[in-house]
Amino acid sequence: MENFEPEIVAFCCHYCAYTAADMAGSKRISYPANVKIIRVPCTGKVDAIHIMKAFEKGADGIYVAGCLEGDCHFKNGNTRAKHRVQKVQMVLKDLGWETERLEMINMSAGMGERFAITALEFTKKIKQLGPSPIKITNTEKHQQAAD
Amino acid sequence: MKTESKLEKVLASGALAVTSEVGPPRGALPEKVRQKASLIKNHVDAINVTDNQTAMVRMSSWAAGVIIKQMGLDPILQMVTRDRNRLAMQSDIIGAYSLGINTMMCLSGDHAKFGDHPMAKGVFDLDSIQLVQTVKKMRDEGKFQGGADIDTPPKMFIGAAANPFADPFELRVMRLAKKIKAGADFIQTQCIFNLDKFERYMEMMCDRGLDEQVHLLAGITPMKSAGMARYMKNKVPGMDVPDDVIKRMAGVSKEEQPEEGIRIAVESIERLKQVKGVHGFHIMAIEWEEKVPQIVEKAGLFPRPVV
Amino acid sequence: MITAEQKPLQEIIEYISPYDRILLVGCNECVTVCAAGGRKEVGLLASALHLNCLKQGRTVDIKEITLERQCDPEYVEELVSKIDSADAILSMACGCGVQTIAERYKEKPVFPAVNTKFMGASVSQGIWEERCQGCGNCLLGITGGICPVARCSKHLLNGPCGGTSNSMCEIAPDVNCAWCLIWERLKTLGMEKQYEEIMEAKDWRPAGGGGPRKIVREDLSL
Repeated sequence: MENFEPEIVAFCCHYCAYTAADMAGSKRISYPANVKIIRVPCTGKVDAIHIMKAFEKGADGIYVAGCLEGDCHFKNGNTRAKHRVQKVQMVLKDLGWETERLEMINMSAGMGERFAITALEFTKKIKQLGPSPIKITNTEKHQQAAD
Repeated sequence: MKTESKLEKVLASGALAVTSEVGPPRGALPEKVRQKASLIKNHVDAINVTDNQTAMVRMSSWAAGVIIKQMGLDPILQMVTRDRNRLAMQSDIIGAYSLGINTMMCLSGDHAKFGDHPMAKGVFDLDSIQLVQTVKKMRDEGKFQGGADIDTPPKMFIGAAANPFADPFELRVMRLAKKIKAGADFIQTQCIFNLDKFERYMEMMCDRGLDEQVHLLAGITPMKSAGMARYMKNKVPGMDVPDDVIKRMAGVSKEEQPEEGIRIAVESIERLKQVKGVHGFHIMAIEWEEKVPQIVEKAGLFPRPVV
Repeated sequence: MITAEQKPLQEIIEYISPYDRILLVGCNECVTVCAAGGRKEVGLLASALHLNCLKQGRTVDIKEITLERQCDPEYVEELVSKIDSADAILSMACGCGVQTIAERYKEKPVFPAVNTKFMGASVSQGIWEERCQGCGNCLLGITGGICPVARCSKHLLNGPCGGTSNSMCEIAPDVNCAWCLIWERLKTLGMEKQYEEIMEAKDWRPAGGGGPRKIVREDLSL
């Protein structure tokens, strides 16, 4: 679909990913407006249900961005997040969704470029995958109603 | 004599006993049982009939045993506790005895996971030692396991299995003692390749005076190939195959390996004849029954005594 | 505790597909501990079922509630106000809970969302192993605290069998031979002599062989 602009949710930890986003901003490195950042104190705060609810509300793609492995400010919050992301990916698989719609990403606070590139690539990927499966049916319904 | 068993008579005479085994077919093929038994009939005192070996369904052990009995030979009924509860086992024992079978082995049985029905429920109402107790109670007290009197009890010569090579090693003789205490008359061991370890086991057994309480038959299996030796070492639970045995098998050409395997078997028998406590040999030549006569003869155990 | 694992999602989806209003009931005890059917899992399952329905363009009303236990009628009674607004109940409790609900609310179909597994204990985070089969006649005092009924693959009482390999059970290289464990423990306790005692054939009646079991405590009935 040509006009499809994906809605992306990025859960970013305060200490690394969010700071990297800030850095991208201050360096004037642009990244797609599709990415809506939710700042969390640590990716370990992100629970499976938060990701699921975001999909329920219509997110086309979600990523959880935390510190580099081994560098989590709260020791192993990013490991917990990784496991929860894997768990939700399994649920997506059972539902017949593309598991690529959800990803765990790691970066350090100074990686402004990486933040921007990640945002760009993820948005591109989701654009290719198309809208969330819950939207397609709604669109079809509208089309049927229109016809 | 406790029973009419020919095996008991041979052992009581002081001669080394020889037994072998026949695995029943995976179908209604009585002729196959007769064929296999015919190959070995003059070279053994009694023939084990395995019971759904490796948890693969085969003609039942008592049925194949009856076929062998009808040939005028002496079957040893093997019974595993995996497939029957105590009612069925006692019932089969009475039935088998009524058809002329007077010798049996009490075993737990390989787990069903190994066979063609891994989804089956393993019974294990009794374990092998409790089964030995049960058969002894039937024979000597004339009572069922539950306590009621038996009208004309079966007189079975009772055997059990021993594996000197499963770990922990220190437990193995203690377990043997338990089986003897439960009432085992004779023991057949797992096939022996590690002769040093086996001799240590026999020393421990004799130290406890167990050789005077039970007749032990040492298990011997001829290897067909180096591949078989490796398979037995790595894939069969409770098996101890030393590396130099594999080296010896692999050291000859493929065509010569079967003869080398037989040579090793005969040498083992000769060595074990000297070991105190060994009262005979149980030769397991799975799917190679035709070689049993050759092994028995080469080991100087032919002809078999007439009792 | 009783352990359980969530059923495959597709199986659950199939159970509830004829219904529009589901009451999804979790349990705060065993299934919470093994992360199969507690409050959190209720939330996740409801969300997954919503996503599935949204994809199909359906609307399904899923009400979430987690009871303290589902195996006591007093707690199950708490659902009475929510029953009329549900077409079916999806229970995340073990089989005991599912049946207690089914017995109380006979006019509503009840579906299990988990497969009840075994009575077990936690070995480490995220790992539970079977420890007890409820044989009704506990003999742990003479087996060094290790149960041969639950932990021996053949529940031998006079083990081990001839299939042990490296102190592991013949069925798998990562399953301990219970009798090897028992032997080691008896040695540590200086109770080696115990091993030489023959354990007589077991009476399986207390273990369920005599039919479904029951406990009646006169001193507790009102």
